[in-house]
Amino acid sequence: MSVKQISIFMENRPGRISAVTRLLGDNGIDIRAMSLADTTDFGILRVVVNDADKCMSVLSNAGFSARATKVVAAALEDKPGGLASVMETLYENNIGVEYMYSFITREDGKAYVMLRVDDNDFTSSVLIEKGFKLLEESDLN
Amino acid sequence: MGRYWNEEIECMPREQMVKLQSERLVAQVKHVWDNVPYYRKLMEEKGVTPEDIKGIEDLHKLPFLTKADLRDAYPYGLLAKPLADCVRIQSTSGTTGKRVVAFYTQKDLDIWEDCCARAIVAAGGTNEDVCQVCYGYGLFTGGPGLNGGSHKVGCLTLPMSSGNTERQIQFMMDLGSTILCCTPSYAAYIGESLHKMGYGPDDIKLKAGIFGAEPWTEEMRHEIERLLGIKAYDIYGLTETSGPGVSFECEEQTGMHINEDHFIAEIIDPDTGEVLPEGSKGELVFTSITKEAFPLLRYRTRDICILTREKCSCGRTLVKMTKPMGRSDDMLIIKGVNVFPSQIESVLLKMSNASPNYQIVVDRVNNTDTFEIQVELTDEMFSDTIKSVEAVEKKIGEDIHSMLGIRAKIRLVEPNSIPRSEGKAQRVIDRRKLV
Repeated sequence: MSVKQISIFMENRPGRISAVTRLLGDNGIDIRAMSLADTTDFGILRVVVNDADKCMSVLSNAGFSARATKVVAAALEDKPGGLASVMETLYENNIGVEYMYSFITREDGKAYVMLRVDDNDFTSSVLIEKGFKLLEESDLN
Repeated sequence: MGRYWNEEIECMPREQMVKLQSERLVAQVKHVWDNVPYYRKLMEEKGVTPEDIKGIEDLHKLPFLTKADLRDAYPYGLLAKPLADCVRIQSTSGTTGKRVVAFYTQKDLDIWEDCCARAIVAAGGTNEDVCQVCYGYGLFTGGPGLNGGSHKVGCLTLPMSSGNTERQIQFMMDLGSTILCCTPSYAAYIGESLHKMGYGPDDIKLKAGIFGAEPWTEEMRHEIERLLGIKAYDIYGLTETSGPGVSFECEEQTGMHINEDHFIAEIIDPDTGEVLPEGSKGELVFTSITKEAFPLLRYRTRDICILTREKCSCGRTLVKMTKPMGRSDDMLIIKGVNVFPSQIESVLLKMSNASPNYQIVVDRVNNTDTFEIQVELTDEMFSDTIKSVEAVEKKIGEDIHSMLGIRAKIRLVEPNSIPRSEGKAQRVIDRRKLV
């Protein structure tokens, strides 16, 4: 079980994040979660949105380098130790995390963590077994 | 030792030089016709035979040679002597990874070193001098050429090669070097290092420097002269004709005297190939009239300059060329290394099926060239992790280094971010203001 994440390559220069977020906004794309990884010269903006396919086509038409990848989105209690229990489960199952980021929703008081791992199916199965709820693509619409 | 290494030649009256050049040219054309089928074919295609060449006034009838010919004929196609008669190979980087190799007989080496000796004497060198050569040794002609010239003059020669600047300065101080031979950017670097170490011109015995292999400005000359307390002389040459010493500066420092007893210089229109009158700006073409093993006739250097025959206060009658004012091709000289955009392209093609757009940005900061290659990321080169993108940068950087021998800063940029004019990207931004 996984959701589509879109990664966008961006140079480190003023106005780039502004340009891409305005582009998505103007096209009615709702960003559910995002993170920005940066180095000296470039960054990668990663977003989870309400309509990943539309987002990809908007970005590529505008000339951005973008790539869709699947990440595991796990729901957890928004309280101390909530994230730790997810991480412990991964650690116990020897699952390495390439990168991760989280977001909180207003509606259900839950926190979500996006996990980029090698094996989405295996990671999903161990988290479900431990009783964590995972998001699906349809949950984002 | 006088002011000249070979006064008879260096101050020869023009008519006598023309006669000497004509005799040598006629003999050289025959030598090439008899021994280099590649060039003979070019002559036949143009309908020229050795009988048509009676003197330098007929030079324009001969076909040109270009770097492309050197590549096509690689490695032995332009060789005019049996390998058994050759004693040395020197080489330079060429386009698309293929190198240019030049062959020398012992006589060729003697002449080359003699040309370098003239440059050293013109810079005030005698057998009393200690000559520190920190051009690279090896396939590059800089080190071997000046090394040989220094021996001929009888200088105590320090074959340092390049690098290890502290040791360079240590030797310079301990052994009292009086003449320095290297690239101008390295000379400036040595000068700066000297000052950083807490020394100045009074702590060294240097009086002159012979600097070449890359473009440099008058401002840089003054800076080097100030830093090292010397007079800085320019020297010019190319592997295809021999190496450094094709031309050299005298104390007047207003252009380089071409060793016309060995090389006939012409200036042509790079577009039409037509020979231009004296004093015109155009592409420099050399004909080697004494070289035995690798005698290139009418070789197009792609360097743009002007030849002048005005009387020189040094007494030499040899024609003077200005510093190269540009190129008629897209070659860049970065850190003394010849770089063609096509080389960068061939590296990038390996990274991606579609050749990515790129831009070369060259600048000079603190007298040292900076070399950056901006590459527009293609979908194939991108994934969602930082480390995979950095791995692409690193791979391009390593491939560039192994092809050119110098490092470039690789910077991945967004698609379509490199400005295009009329649909064509501008490949090179050179901010060095060298002319």
